[in-house]
Amino acid sequence: MKKNIAGTEIDVNEEGYLTDMSQWNEAIAAAIAVEEGIGALGDGHMKVVRYLREQQAKGAALTIRSMGKSGVVTTKELYDLFPGGPLKKSSKIAGIPKPVGCI
Amino acid sequence: MSDDKQPVKKMSIIVSRGSLDGIYPALIMANGARMEGIEASLFFTFFGLNALANKTLDSLKVSTVGNSALNMAMPMLGLPMTMPFPTWMGAIPGVSAFATRLMNKEMEKLDIPPVREFLELISDSGGKIYACKLAMDMFKLKKEDLMERVDGVLTVGDFYNESAGAGTHILFT
Repeated sequence: MKKNIAGTEIDVNEEGYLTDMSQWNEAIAAAIAVEEGIGALGDGHMKVVRYLREQQAKGAALTIRSMGKSGVVTTKELYDLFPGGPLKKSSKIAGIPKPVGCI
Repeated sequence: MSDDKQPVKKMSIIVSRGSLDGIYPALIMANGARMEGIEASLFFTFFGLNALANKTLDSLKVSTVGNSALNMAMPMLGLPMTMPFPTWMGAIPGVSAFATRLMNKEMEKLDIPPVREFLELISDSGGKIYACKLAMDMFKLKKEDLMERVDGVLTVGDFYNESAGAGTHILFT
């Protein structure tokens, strides 16, 4: 389905995750962040978002454990930055698919 | 039918078993709750304290005796799930350690951390870790004997108070 985010028509799934990560830009990230109740994105958020996109491009499976060990962010910081769903919300903002694992 | 689904707000999970296969499901459920923005508390009682005691927590084993659900597929031997794991085999020295090693290897592949790291992860994510006072007394354990992330030693009453609130679910494992 299509959704207008930050003035652009974007392909998303029924949960609002981008289905084509190449359609992503920072304005879209900012708009999704507001929608998800995260508010304005700071450097800390963007570091995570960029890391997620790099990992996704590599095809790596993302887990909360691997994030904590990434050196980009600690587990605590990740929960503070994206309250209410650290990996789910950050992935949505990063324009990558919803993480499928349980860890 | 109503679409008005009441969200789960908090999971209070009681862990009463002390084998590796007894403890992991609770840790996975607690971590999974935090990842969904759901509060999580773990209350370790009876043999569940094995997961908190520094002396035992890094060497927990899969129970290969009296575990009728264990089959030859589960210890990742590549045999069919329909083939039971014979109890007499489980009693042979080293078999439990072997099954444990196989299971740990499979879990590591799925990025499931070892017990100590898993507890630290849950604690870092804002989950709470409690030990049961009665079980502590019974096993002659002190707070210093437990891993450092334990948030407190609670009575059953304290635990129920801690679990109070609409949207809390209490789960016994």
